[in-house]
Parts: sequence; C-alpha cells; structure tokens
Amino acid sequence: MKLDFEHIPAGHCENGVISSLLKYHGLNLSEAMIFGIGSGYFFAYMPFVKLNGIPIASFRPVPGMIFTKAAKRLGIKMKKQTFRKQPKKAMAELDKVLEKKLPVGIQGGVYHLSYFPPAYRFHFNAHNMTVYGKEDNTYFISDPVMEYATTLTAEELKKVRFAKGPLSPNGKMYYPISIPEEIDLKSAIHKGIKQTADWMLTIPVPLFGVKGIRYLSKRLRKWPDKLGSKRAAAYLAQMVRMLEEIGTGGAGFRFIYAAFLQEVAEVMQDDRYNELSKEMTKIGDKWRKFSSLAAQTCKGRSSDPDGYNTVANLMLEIADDEERFFIEIKKLIK
Amino acid sequence: MEKDKVPQDEGITEGITREVQYAINKNGKYEKVLSKGWEPKNIVNELAWKDIQEDIDLADEKIKSGKASPIMHYMAKTLMNVTLLADYIELPKWKVKRHLKPKGFKKLNQQQLENYAKIFEISVDELLNLKP
Repeated sequence: MKLDFEHIPAGHCENGVISSLLKYHGLNLSEAMIFGIGSGYFFAYMPFVKLNGIPIASFRPVPGMIFTKAAKRLGIKMKKQTFRKQPKKAMAELDKVLEKKLPVGIQGGVYHLSYFPPAYRFHFNAHNMTVYGKEDNTYFISDPVMEYATTLTAEELKKVRFAKGPLSPNGKMYYPISIPEEIDLKSAIHKGIKQTADWMLTIPVPLFGVKGIRYLSKRLRKWPDKLGSKRAAAYLAQMVRMLEEIGTGGAGFRFIYAAFLQEVAEVMQDDRYNELSKEMTKIGDKWRKFSSLAAQTCKGRSSDPDGYNTVANLMLEIADDEERFFIEIKKLIK
Repeated sequence: MEKDKVPQDEGITEGITREVQYAINKNGKYEKVLSKGWEPKNIVNELAWKDIQEDIDLADEKIKSGKASPIMHYMAKTLMNVTLLADYIELPKWKVKRHLKPKGFKKLNQQQLENYAKIFEISVDELLNLKP
C-alpha cells in the first residue's frame, strides 16, 4: 500500500514534513510560511550544550517547537505519540495509522539512515520525515531534505526511530487529526513574527537573539588563543555546519525567512514586507560570507587571530543588521 | 542570494542528492533551487571527518600498545563516546569503560560480545580479531 503522497524537497525537515502533511489533507501552506508562523528564526549560543564536545550555536529554536507553534497558531490538531522502549508497539501503531490511509510524520536519528549521504550520518536525532506507505518489509519514505522519495526496511526504520543519545526520538510519530475549515492566516503570521522579534530583541540573557550573536563574536576572537589552532578550527567549523549543513535552506534559515516575508507581503497586501525581505536577503548574504571566510580559516587550521577577528567583526555587523531589522518589523505588526 | 549564484560545487552529496537552497529568481521572487553543494560546506565537513579519523588512529595506537580493547576502535569508528555507547548497549558507563580496557574485554562472554558486535554492525569475529 502506497498513499498518493507528493514528495516535495524542502530546505528544512521539520517545516517540510508539516507542509507536505497539510498538503495531503488539502491545506496548501509553503515550508517558508510554516517556518515563519512557527517562529523558526532564532539565534542561540549555548556553551553548556555540546555537540561532539563543542558548544552549540543554533540558528533555530529547539527541535519540535516550530512544529508545535505553527500547529497551534493555525488551529490544527495533531496526534503525537512516543513509545519509550517499545519499538514493536511503535511499529505496529505506525502500520495501523498507515492502514487508515494517513501519512505519518516521524522523528528519527540520521546515523542509521541508509539513503543519507554518508558524510552527513552523524548521531543527530532531531531529523523528521514522512512515512507514506508500506509494502512487505519496505516503508516508503518522503524525507524533505532528499531530492527524491526513498525507502527503508522495517529493521532500518526501527533503528532510526529508536536512535539513542541526545534528543532521542523514542519512536515519536505525529499526524494531523483536525484542520479547521477557515484559517486566520493573518493572525497566525502576526503571532509568529512577534514572537521571533521578541526572542531576537528582548530575552534578558546574553546568549540569545542579537545579544547572543554579539556575545559569541566576543568569545570567538579568543578561540585560537584559548583553545589552540586545532580545537579553534573545529569550533568554527561546527558553526559553519550549523549555518549551512543539510536543512537550513542556506545562511542559517535567513533565506527561508526572506521567502516567508515575500509571502506575507502578498497575504497582507503590504509592500513593506517585500522591502524587509530584501533586508533579510542582505543579512543572509552576510552569513554566507561568514561561512565562506570561516571555512577558509578552518582549512589551514591556522591560529592566526586575523581570520577569527575578521569573522567576529562580521558577526557584530550582522547583529546590528538583525537588531535593526526586528525593530522595523515590530512596527508593522502593532 | 540570486538563483544564478547558487553554488553547484560537487562534494559530500555527489551522486546521492541535491539540497534545496532558497534563492531569488529573475522576477525578484524567492524559489527553491537545487544545489549540488558548496565548497565551504565541503571544507568543514571534511574537517569533521578528519577529526574522527584522528580519534580512530589514536584508539588504534592505544590498542597496539595494549592500553585499550578493540571496542575503542569501533566506538570511534561509529562516532560514539562512552555515554552514547553505554546508552546503546544498555549498561552503566563504568562497565563500558571497563570493557574499553583489554582486561575487561577478555572477560566478556559470548552474549556480551554479540551485543557489542550488533551495535557496531560487525561480526563477533571482526570484533575479536581486529588488527589495527
């Protein structure tokens, strides 16, 4: 049994899955729209949360949040289930929902994804994909970050759903159970933008929002001195990976947000959002420049502080740009 | 970023997939463009794998000099640390640490060896006869 489900490649897995699931149920909202409504834009530097022993700089809120917020703001009810240490039950439940002709979103670890580029197969557990059918021992998978739809064997899928480590999915699966006839898109958009602006401007902890970018800029200058050239390069490399590696749509989600703003301009019939989209594109371009310069610095594993100072200065510039941007956009949603 | 500037540098996803990149088309509108890759991404990904290879090499040195068991090699190879391996093998960390030493490794029974082999996706034979 294979459902008539359209595989749509997306920039980011979480938004991509929701967007495709809603489309199956007749609601057309783009990935960018889901991302904006779900307040997916963020910055956080978390020295206390480490990935591969390196502090995380994140350009999005914690996994699952975009999804929860978008659904709530759109009035969509989702059924969510997890199955701690019950892989058999988790697989049986998935089959049961598929039998009802409902595609199912699942959270999984990428390490065991046999179809994934090997270079991306790290122990990262907050990946999302849609299961849209089963024949014998094979599940049909629509993974938004893949160009084409793929498959997994039951054994592989079980491993993916029960990957261990941080953010372990515990077999998490989800699907929409009720979608309202009328959706108040404008109100959902306002809520999404307002929260992002507040997060970026007003969280009273220096690790988040534009303050977080400035704080990390300060720390980053000291990396070569404090950590030595090899560790410093690893730290900087991880930042570039958070910005660009699979599932950000480029520049740490900044381009997806710019795409969202263009859609908002149309929904609101307000050209000012198009202007802001252009500003956001410039911000994204600067983050791309950051990645490009940072990668060069990493490449030689040089401990020359110049490379680090250059990108740190660029970050300060970006922080100012993002601050100005969110002050401006806040004026539009009052 | 403009559509015609979306980089198409072959690299880590070659022959497997292309990634969605948001970019502006000629009419000034954003659209999803498929990208083969970007050199800065290749560089930092390569660096991450180089570090992993160094971990494996370090493990192998320790095994050769009798300071570590083959589990250390496979732990590094599967990108795990003690915490994650303990999670997979469902044992407390101190026990896993013991198995990382040659002395503790020798005491493993057949079932325990099979459990480790299964997690590393190798045979018991490969686990026992690792020649680093």
